[in-house]
Amino acid sequence: MADAPPMFEARDLARHFDVSRPFLQRLITREGKRTLRAVDGISFSIPKGSTLSLVGESGCGKSTVARLSVGLYGPTAGSVIFDGRDLSEARGLADQRRRMQMIFQDPYASLNPRWRVADIIAEPIRAFGLMTSRAEQQDRVAELLTQVGLSPLDRVKFPHEFSGGQRQRISIARALSSNPEFLVCDEPTSALDVSVQAQILNLMKELQQRLGLTFLFISHNLAVVRQVSDRIGVMYLGRLAELAPAETLFRTPRHPYTRALMEAIPDLEMTGRERIPVGGEVPSPITPPSGCAFHPRCPLANDRCVRERPELKPAGEAMVACHAVEEGRDDAMPMPAIARRAA
Amino acid sequence: MAAPLLQVRNLRVEFPTRRGTLVALDDVSFDISPGEVLGVVGESGAGKSMTGAAIIGLLEPPGRIARGEILFDGKRIDNLRYEQMRRLRGKEIGAIFQDPLTTLNPLYTVGRQLVETITTHLPVNPAEARKRAIGWLEMVGIPAAAQRIDSYPHEFSGGMRQRVVIALALCAEPRLIVADEPTTALDVSIQAQVIALLKTLAREKGTAMMLVTHDMGVIAETADRVAVMYAGRVAEIGPVREVVKHANHPYSVGLMGSIPPLDRRVERLAQIDGSMPRLSAIPQGCAYNPRCPQVFDKCRQLRPDLIDAGTTRAACWLYDTEMARG
Repeated sequence: MADAPPMFEARDLARHFDVSRPFLQRLITREGKRTLRAVDGISFSIPKGSTLSLVGESGCGKSTVARLSVGLYGPTAGSVIFDGRDLSEARGLADQRRRMQMIFQDPYASLNPRWRVADIIAEPIRAFGLMTSRAEQQDRVAELLTQVGLSPLDRVKFPHEFSGGQRQRISIARALSSNPEFLVCDEPTSALDVSVQAQILNLMKELQQRLGLTFLFISHNLAVVRQVSDRIGVMYLGRLAELAPAETLFRTPRHPYTRALMEAIPDLEMTGRERIPVGGEVPSPITPPSGCAFHPRCPLANDRCVRERPELKPAGEAMVACHAVEEGRDDAMPMPAIARRAA
Repeated sequence: MAAPLLQVRNLRVEFPTRRGTLVALDDVSFDISPGEVLGVVGESGAGKSMTGAAIIGLLEPPGRIARGEILFDGKRIDNLRYEQMRRLRGKEIGAIFQDPLTTLNPLYTVGRQLVETITTHLPVNPAEARKRAIGWLEMVGIPAAAQRIDSYPHEFSGGMRQRVVIALALCAEPRLIVADEPTTALDVSIQAQVIALLKTLAREKGTAMMLVTHDMGVIAETADRVAVMYAGRVAEIGPVREVVKHANHPYSVGLMGSIPPLDRRVERLAQIDGSMPRLSAIPQGCAYNPRCPQVFDKCRQLRPDLIDAGTTRAACWLYDTEMARG
């Protein structure tokens, strides 16, 4: 699997947004331009048929990566390679676009309330001109509805007639209708109740096995990510802090941020036990801290961390962007309870 | 055990509509003692928030309490007039809602809102109130509180804003706090800080708390007891450890099973098939019967009350010892 060319690759990908005030206001208040570095140079690849997840807190840039991956944003720097082709080039080709689809977080906002389910699901088929005959399209819609666990009879209904979980199934059916190979899922279950979340995660796993799909999965929920991923990237302020095989990450998290994040999650085993909160908050990506962006909250930070930005470097099976790990100082921070329990 | 501070007895909330009356809550009963945290969990639409709203007297019209009673410190509060309830709310019962931005008035500084609340409910002058307001902001962990007190809500980040909301709910020193999804809008690292704060309060000040959330992890580490709600009824209630680890009601079992575990990978998550019924179509008998893997005849006909199920109390015929199963 390692030898096969990756389905998807991000190379030094960056996306900056201009968040300056209007020109006149800047002139009056003598302010400069302001740039928000939502994604600031990240690289990863996803082999065919596997799932890579990106986790992080709000504002870490994970959703921007999702949008960059399907070309909803263009990169400021770096490139996205889809099946060996640069995305800027692939986007121009309808046949390439067809092969990638996206599932959004909010199934209440991502379905047109005035369209019937059949039209919603068939839209990609029409947009790409995959099937011309109406009957063929109807058959395909019925097949897709069955595939995601809905009834073919549901095709005449409107989105408001469905619950959140059912709507997310409709979104998945729509995404699958153009026979994609690569799916980008941006927090697909975070708007859903846990019992429904389990249904959707199970469905996505089944579909992946049956159709050989490649997933880029974006989530803030580490427990969800553990269930679906082959590899996991932990993002902090537009950069990758750690990138590792899923099991490695949970057994031996290396980056102090990863450890802190794991320690901060409540879980069912925790009854009556204190969790150790990560101090402080995620800083603003407009004015990120110098050096390593995590240094103001990091228990292992020293002078070098304040000055010099760490690059992602191999550390065992993982890739870690941390001076403390590189220098072997990370033993000072204990492994989170979850990792200790798993080991 | 101290006498309960809050007693909810057979509460029924109805919404009259043109197509008939919807029963949003039915026969909901529980107690909360001083210093105790009761977690209320369930899926959206189960009636968790509705229960909280009924207690603080903020049911959205046309919703109304049709039956049952709510006692605070032994006195009925469900039939109080608006003005009386308003005085109780804030002073005796504090409320924390999910979205900190809609709870705070964007036009007033945080300090003005805190001072107003304190002077309304406590016999102190404005200068003293301001001093206390700063104290509360420090207490909830806002750095440089003496300066930040004159900031407007939009000048705070989400986590900080939620702390302001908590300070606002606490500043009149209520004896009961109704917290409706207080951490749902926050990131995990901030969530942990807020939860730690609420726990400290319950322990140190003896504040009773009703914590409504769908996040079982938060419940597991914060609550003393848990009530699991389904379709407007309490399905199971008991000590947190028992409900989370050894639930008795099949719905609680399904709900706990569907939570993705953090400490291992499972090939397939347990899932509850189907979805919760709409209020307009709650099935006869046990509301959970169409989805229940252990359903039998009686469940389809008769509605179970909370029955002693050993470690917890569950509204499930499986635990009815009177009846031998057919």
